[in-house]
Amino acid sequence: MTLDFRTAIREALADELERDERVLFFGEDVAAAGGVFAVTPGLRERFGPGRVIDTPISELALAGAAFGSAVTGLRPVIEIMFGDFMPLAMDSLVNQAAKYWYMSNEQASVPLVVRCAVGAGGRFGAIHSQNPSSWYQGVPGLKVVCPAFPGEAKALLKGAIRDDNPVLFLEHKRLYSLSEEQTPENGALSAGEARVVRAGGDLTLVSVMKGVHDALAAAALLAADGVEAEVIDLRSLRPLDLRTVLASVGRTNRLLAVEEGPALGGWATGLVGAVAQAALEDLDDVWVLATPETPIPYSPPLEDAFLPGAEAIADSVRARLRLPAERS
Amino acid sequence: MQRLFLRNEIHGTVHLYIGQEAVSVGVCSALQDDDWVAATYRGHGAALARGMRPEALAAELMGRSTGACGGRAGSMNIVDLEHGLIGCFGIVGGSIAAATGAGMSAAREGRVAVAFFGDGAANQGYFHECLNFAQVMRLPVVYVCENNGYGEFTPTDAVTAGGDIAARAATLGMPAQKVDGNDLEAVSTAARAAVANARAASGPAFIEAMTYRHVGHSKSDPGAYRPEGELDKWLERDPLSVVRARLDEKQAAEAERVVEERIERAVETALAAPYPEAAMTRAREYAP
Repeated sequence: MTLDFRTAIREALADELERDERVLFFGEDVAAAGGVFAVTPGLRERFGPGRVIDTPISELALAGAAFGSAVTGLRPVIEIMFGDFMPLAMDSLVNQAAKYWYMSNEQASVPLVVRCAVGAGGRFGAIHSQNPSSWYQGVPGLKVVCPAFPGEAKALLKGAIRDDNPVLFLEHKRLYSLSEEQTPENGALSAGEARVVRAGGDLTLVSVMKGVHDALAAAALLAADGVEAEVIDLRSLRPLDLRTVLASVGRTNRLLAVEEGPALGGWATGLVGAVAQAALEDLDDVWVLATPETPIPYSPPLEDAFLPGAEAIADSVRARLRLPAERS
Repeated sequence: MQRLFLRNEIHGTVHLYIGQEAVSVGVCSALQDDDWVAATYRGHGAALARGMRPEALAAELMGRSTGACGGRAGSMNIVDLEHGLIGCFGIVGGSIAAATGAGMSAAREGRVAVAFFGDGAANQGYFHECLNFAQVMRLPVVYVCENNGYGEFTPTDAVTAGGDIAARAATLGMPAQKVDGNDLEAVSTAARAAVANARAASGPAFIEAMTYRHVGHSKSDPGAYRPEGELDKWLERDPLSVVRARLDEKQAAEAERVVEERIERAVETALAAPYPEAAMTRAREYAP
């Protein structure tokens, strides 16, 4: 049995709608149409129009309604169609939801989930391709979950819906069609734990979402050169599992963080800084591979060159290790 | 509160509610204990009208550990869920969003959610998006616009197209009334109708209460932009005087004495309370 990313998300939603009457799911075109990325068909038919709801194209209202309903006893999951639309939802998430638990002196938490399709590579242009993860990483009280694999995405989404805190759950558009062998395990996974997805002793590659797959492909290329890369999937950017990264760097002494986004103000730059602060003596080399500091271009050759794919990662490692460039 | 501010007991800024009291008292008198309210940074009146203890309010304004939020929130961000106050919201229009969401919960339980907001919020995205959202979903929300004639320092007319905020709500198909916000009875009558409409699951309702703040927007604003004589004209229709004129003199004097004593006691208690410990040992980022 295989599980693809779309189905994993849909199954997690269905499981949680089934499990808890307080869960409801709403967004633009998510109910009758089943979502613009075809992730949620059939849910309205199964759970009814009172719990799976099409809304107006109103991101401020969507996010505000998620906050207001969460703080009064429901467990809303909303879909913000593209990550690029997240700035519209920012006030309710950052000023209302994320601060509420602390600022109210713990009178109530805000159990909401924002599902959001993000990422480049689909020729969608500058304003339908961004990954907003770093914009939100610096918001205390919020969790930012960024899955790379279908089975884990399912478990992490279930964990996010059961979490009493506001969670931003990011789904990379280039991963929706990804399939993997289904594991029998069917539980929920909490945010905040990274996973070593490939062991290696020569350097540590850290990424999230599609970047994990690029890092794995780069590790295969580097293995042909005799370089063994350890690959870590952070799985969430807030909370950040620094301990797993430090343990790996303690073994490999080299760290490359790969981010689909600009380096300045990005999570990868922040990670590298945190590792340097905690373990400078372990480091022989540390750097970031990110995108250029411009908007994401539209034209295929421009967008391909813009993104840090497997070849770019492998080339970057070879250059830092002073290995000859790829021979072929 | 203004005196306490001048004595440096209230920090940062504070937005006084003086002159608008009849709006929140009138609306909250139409609510049940388990209904939800979201208010603004000028929300002290709504908080008290919901039954919040004056001690907890005064102490929060003064940043004391006995405040409603332990001194973490301050004047603009007070939360008191025990009394159905989802929160006071520091960004114009935020209360509209919060109450709209609360309406989704309220709809399941026969409750009602109320948003208090000012005329300035009528020009925010939240106003247009959330009123439409509530109307298409038939949410039991009562939207209460406290039109005090100024958005911060700028006259409402100068920045509000069409000139009639209630009419904007009416175009969405919800019942919308404009009332004298300085007349407690008028507000309360309008609120009872709007709340009954919402509770009957007919959807949202809108009230525009015409009122006036007797002081500036916040502590730094003396209100110098107001034309001469305008304040005097409104002072003649002070909501407390309007109510008082309908009471018998003895009754009114007794009520005033009780309230003044109650407030004095609350302020004294708050002043005697300790500040929170500076070490953030209790701070937890997340709910467990």
